[in-house]
Amino acid sequence: MPSESYSGPAVLAKGLVKRYEEVEAVRGIDLEVHSGETFGFLGPNGAGKSTTINMLCTLVRPSAGTALVAGHDVVRERDEVRRNIGLVFQDTTLDGYLTAEQNLRLHAELYGMPRGSVGERMQQVMEMVGLWERRGSLVGTFSGGMKRRLEIARGLLHSPRVLFLDEPTVGLDPQTRSSIWTYISELKRDEDITIFLTTHYMDEAEYCDRIAIMDQGTIVVLDTPEALKASVGKDRVQIQTADDEAAIEALQERFGIDAVLAEGAVTFGVPEGEHFVPRLFAELGQPIRSVNVSRPSLDDVFMSYTGSTIRDAEQSSAVTDMRRNMARMMSR
Amino acid sequence: MATETVAATPENASPPGLPRRDVASLHVPARSLRSELRAIRVVWRRELIRFSRDRLRILTSLVQPFLFLFVLGTGLSTLASAGTHGVNFKTFIYPGVLCMAVMFTAMFSAASIVWDREFGFLREMMVAPVRRSSIVLGKVLGGATVAAFQGLIVIAISPLVSVPYAPLLILQLFALALLLAFAITAFGVMFAARINQMQSFMALMQMVIMPMFFISGALFSVAKLPAWLGVLNRLDPLTYAVEPMRRAIFAHLHVSAAARHALDPGVTWWGWHVPTLLEAAVIAALGLVMLSIAIWEFSRAE
Repeated sequence: MPSESYSGPAVLAKGLVKRYEEVEAVRGIDLEVHSGETFGFLGPNGAGKSTTINMLCTLVRPSAGTALVAGHDVVRERDEVRRNIGLVFQDTTLDGYLTAEQNLRLHAELYGMPRGSVGERMQQVMEMVGLWERRGSLVGTFSGGMKRRLEIARGLLHSPRVLFLDEPTVGLDPQTRSSIWTYISELKRDEDITIFLTTHYMDEAEYCDRIAIMDQGTIVVLDTPEALKASVGKDRVQIQTADDEAAIEALQERFGIDAVLAEGAVTFGVPEGEHFVPRLFAELGQPIRSVNVSRPSLDDVFMSYTGSTIRDAEQSSAVTDMRRNMARMMSR
Repeated sequence: MATETVAATPENASPPGLPRRDVASLHVPARSLRSELRAIRVVWRRELIRFSRDRLRILTSLVQPFLFLFVLGTGLSTLASAGTHGVNFKTFIYPGVLCMAVMFTAMFSAASIVWDREFGFLREMMVAPVRRSSIVLGKVLGGATVAAFQGLIVIAISPLVSVPYAPLLILQLFALALLLAFAITAFGVMFAARINQMQSFMALMQMVIMPMFFISGALFSVAKLPAWLGVLNRLDPLTYAVEPMRRAIFAHLHVSAAARHALDPGVTWWGWHVPTLLEAAVIAALGLVMLSIAIWEFSRAE
């Protein structure tokens, strides 16, 4: 339980680097997360989000740089950091052979919680995620969504200052995903807590107070979702043509627009897209099969800062992932 | 751990005469012995809960001892009767079978670390604000308790192979079983620190337990072994559990001097008879060494 009051930033990182053999997974990150905010780390798989979060959680030792979490150094004051953070990982870390309550009691013991306060707090967090009635059931019988909810409850049990959620909704069906977000927003309302999460779902980033877009081991941009979308200042236009190469070339020549091929369509941004479409049909000189104009989304933010959509970035990062895993295996 | 040592060094190095600053004001984590003990206890308890849930495991792990005692033991007793000086062959192999039951259970308990890694639970324990050594110690003590309990079940059936119920004998057998359970669990955990796959661990287990069991003299007398086997026998840690158990059992039976000499010559080091307490100490020492290695391995794996 937090006893002393600390009002500085929840997370403060300077020049954080992590190298695995020849692969640099995180290439120098500077970051300040304010106390009480919901901060999102956005980026494709393999962008270095998990490695960064693992460094902040004291699970991975940084190759260079420093980081303070809840005012404590992640290397020198490991246990203090651990006492002040709650963790929900991508993969479940529950014991399926124990009941939900036993899992939480075990956690309370490991974190040295005062015995008298455990029962009340446990009921509070389990009710929050709607699992209090199932406390006596074996966790092995839970669905994926229930397990994730129980992990969130467990992560909150020792009243951490910062809750780290690494891809909290990955692998869940849309309905469960939205229910997880309901819990998270209730949590923001009811508890004085900083939430630090990673996601590669753009729509989920909208729930965050501020987001950092991460790509290839660095933070590309960091701001509120609104400011980021405004910074794009352009609508997204996607066209289907018979010859995409020629269309891209024509766009460059006639309008001076840099378009790219993304998700199977020629994609580019222009201010006031609706007014541009008539000109496009008149002047492109290429047959257009379909047009789609949309307001800037975080997808466009991502694209305008990294030059690719997040889905395309994921495909190319699969190669990086493989290389990193190889390096990790070699270093064993 | 290293963090504390580093943090405390400037304090210790303060020149004499100057009042030392209050050490407690340093950023030394509020890591008390009490919280470490709670961690050890809860990890230990988890092993017990899991074991008690797994009734099938308790039952199946009894199959092997029964096979050895009543099938192999009965089958071989006609063949072996010429050399046993009237001692029941099943009684003779009983200590070895007891040890084997303990070993298998202990190794299975250690194997659960590999499961825990595969299913992620290990991570929950590893990120807790407690020493890794507490986690490892809790795990080893838990496995040892479970394995010793399994030993107790085998001790309970001892009258079926003409080993009497005698309080002192039960105590001796149980103490040795507990010690062996501790050493083998520590041994298993030491390996589990480096193994990611259950299949590999199971293969390793087969490769280690069976040779240890055979070489220990669980099924034969070590009286007139060829030199090479005699050397191996003395190197086998299990020897130091089987032999004192057998000696304790024979002390509670009417066994002729000739039979004792032929069946339980005792362990000798260069002609010197190793006393029971030293044999127990060998197992305890091996267990502690392996526990230390296991702790070291888990502490450095960051």
